[in-house]
Amino acid sequence: MKKLLVLSTALSGFGLAASAQEIAVMSWGGAYATSQIEAYHKPFTAETGIKVVNVDADNPAAPIKAQVEAGNVTIDVVDLEYADAVRLCDEGLLEVLDPAILAPGTDGTAAMDDFLPGAVTDCFVATIVFSTNYAYDSTKFPENPPTTIADFFDTATYPGKRGMRKGAKVNLEMALMADGVPADEVYALLETPEGVERAFAKLDTIKGDMIWWEAGAQPPQLLADGEVVMSTGYNGRFFSAAVTEGKPFVQVFDGQVYEYDGYAIPKGAPNMEAALQFLTYATTTQALADQAKWIAYGPARVSSGPLVGLFMDGKTEMGPNMPTNAANLTNALPSSYEFWVDRDTELNERFNAWLASN
Amino acid sequence: MADISASDAGLLKTSDGRPLKSALATAQQRSKRRAFLLVLPLLAFVIITFIVPIGQLMHQAIYNDGFSANMPRTTAWFAETPPGTVPDDAAWEALALDLKDAAAARSVGVVGTRVNYEMSGTRSLFTSTARRADDFAPPYRDALLAANEKWDDPNLWGTMRQVSDAYSANFFLAALDMTRDVNGDIVAMPEDRQIYVNLFVKTFLLAALITFTCFVLGFPIAHLLATLPMKWSNLLMILVLLPFWTSLLVRTTSWMVLLQQQGVVNNTLVAAGVIGDESRLQMIYNQTGTIIAMTHILLPFMILPLYSVMRPIPPSYVRAARSLGATSWTAFRRVYLPQTLPGVGAGSLLVFILAVGYYITPALVGGASGQLISNLIAFHMQDSLNWSLASALAALLLGAVLVLYWIYDRLVGIDNLKLG
Repeated sequence: MKKLLVLSTALSGFGLAASAQEIAVMSWGGAYATSQIEAYHKPFTAETGIKVVNVDADNPAAPIKAQVEAGNVTIDVVDLEYADAVRLCDEGLLEVLDPAILAPGTDGTAAMDDFLPGAVTDCFVATIVFSTNYAYDSTKFPENPPTTIADFFDTATYPGKRGMRKGAKVNLEMALMADGVPADEVYALLETPEGVERAFAKLDTIKGDMIWWEAGAQPPQLLADGEVVMSTGYNGRFFSAAVTEGKPFVQVFDGQVYEYDGYAIPKGAPNMEAALQFLTYATTTQALADQAKWIAYGPARVSSGPLVGLFMDGKTEMGPNMPTNAANLTNALPSSYEFWVDRDTELNERFNAWLASN
Repeated sequence: MADISASDAGLLKTSDGRPLKSALATAQQRSKRRAFLLVLPLLAFVIITFIVPIGQLMHQAIYNDGFSANMPRTTAWFAETPPGTVPDDAAWEALALDLKDAAAARSVGVVGTRVNYEMSGTRSLFTSTARRADDFAPPYRDALLAANEKWDDPNLWGTMRQVSDAYSANFFLAALDMTRDVNGDIVAMPEDRQIYVNLFVKTFLLAALITFTCFVLGFPIAHLLATLPMKWSNLLMILVLLPFWTSLLVRTTSWMVLLQQQGVVNNTLVAAGVIGDESRLQMIYNQTGTIIAMTHILLPFMILPLYSVMRPIPPSYVRAARSLGATSWTAFRRVYLPQTLPGVGAGSLLVFILAVGYYITPALVGGASGQLISNLIAFHMQDSLNWSLASALAALLLGAVLVLYWIYDRLVGIDNLKLG
């Protein structure tokens, strides 16, 4: 009996010690998770001795909701899309963060002035700006390549299959922009039934040529397989496929829809203190700039911009590949989370019904 | 014997003097208890992993306390007043105070999400108003309307009244493409948002089609396996079982490699000159892809029960029928086929029920037109996070399968099922 007691005490002590030295971070997998592991996890462990375990999910918002509602939280830090973070925060599923934990910029700017507008909310700190744009296979269009979002919908000039994400978000915005609506009027128009009608009518024109993707890793794969000649997708994934794998993909930033992505802490995270420490570390000017070495997503801090240099291959300039690069922003739309937290139920129902009808 | 047991003197006793009857009963009870103890782990397992979650799922489909748990005063006001009451001062005060509390407790998003399920565009109304709730002072009506004039909408109050009851059939209505209007009457969804009923029908039709193709393909194979000499049939059996043991994902992705436009099948056809390079067949990312891949994946579930029923059928029966003058078709139809029916029933039921709930394969190869109802259940579990609607859809699917099972039992009889 005594032996058992000693043993179990030793074991539980071991368990405690181990958990204090380890945090679990949930993210989106693929090239994106790799960039976080290289830029945040490894240096953080080297500096603090706290191990970081990476956990992949298709969209971390769903498992986090499940964990918090079931009262069994195993994740300490989670990577969320902006709209999901706002929604989960309003539902009380995330810890409220004190902006004072954020480090000031290396140039001395206070943290809240250093982050891009709206990048820090009650429960969320943005790390990157990512974009949904489209890329095409340059071998398919050697002459007169597509340059605008309207070209994506022009199957007469650019014949071939298209890839788009299966969902209403981003697709409706792109359809309206391709139909000639200026970026700053898109959401006002989508608030009206006519606007929604018009967006679906535009999507109708290429419905027969469409292959729908769901996971972020699919668009580069569909392009590489020759299943589609152009596809919408996340710009960082196209970049990785083009640069590290040498695929003949060219990205078009006209009509891109960009938004924030970043970190939050689920309510009741098991290692609160270490999680906060990680959050502070991973959102410093240098860490954000380092991540840009691994994937073409724009850092969410102004002061990180000048520190962004070459891709890890040591020769590709990152600047022109960032969604936030001035040349790429001429016709670009910031995604409106306010619009989507309100309309996602209705428009996704409509989208699913539209998809199922022939 | 009868009067011996009846008479007291002749009562049969065991060697230790107890009446045989009660000794037997005790012994039997003991063995029953032992048998029960043996199945107890399984019973507990089934209850914990199967009955309880299904019960929770059913409950989630009719119960959502997102509004009532976080807006107690407003819920109480709705309970006290009859439907259609114009909100009075008490109602506005209840709403304002509830919003204030909900904002402090960070639960206003839950409330907004719940109302938004029934009435689109209201979620941000709740969250944005709650951000200003700290400054609310009487008269509350003016304060709320100053925050957002949408609060005056009678539709909104009607919707809030509906969702103030945590128990609600609204998710089942939504799962059947219906909704409630302002007065609480059940009406059909607008046509461009109707989806679930069609998808249920399509799911069952596709499952029936897949079952049929499995039967047509599986029956000859099973017959061959059952009639070949053992050493050949064992070899062939491995060809059936090997894919059966292979991971579902591997098999599905192999179909993607085979069927895609730049895939093996299309390349072969183009190389052979059957089709031109421009007119490659679209065999995947649509309904065709779902049917082909699912037929292949579910085929063993048809072959194995068929085989186990066919194996013991003596070949002499058919020979006897032939020798009595039946044509080979008549002998097959009247003698052989009826004996395989238990296997056909078991195989069809297995394949059909598995196909109805299939998820991964249609998600990967189904494109837009090859999606089944389970893909939308997954959508509501993972993307829209509307678990109540997902539960309602799942419960309907479960109910439909049970009804079909019942019909099967009435028509064919469940005793006629032979799984192996």
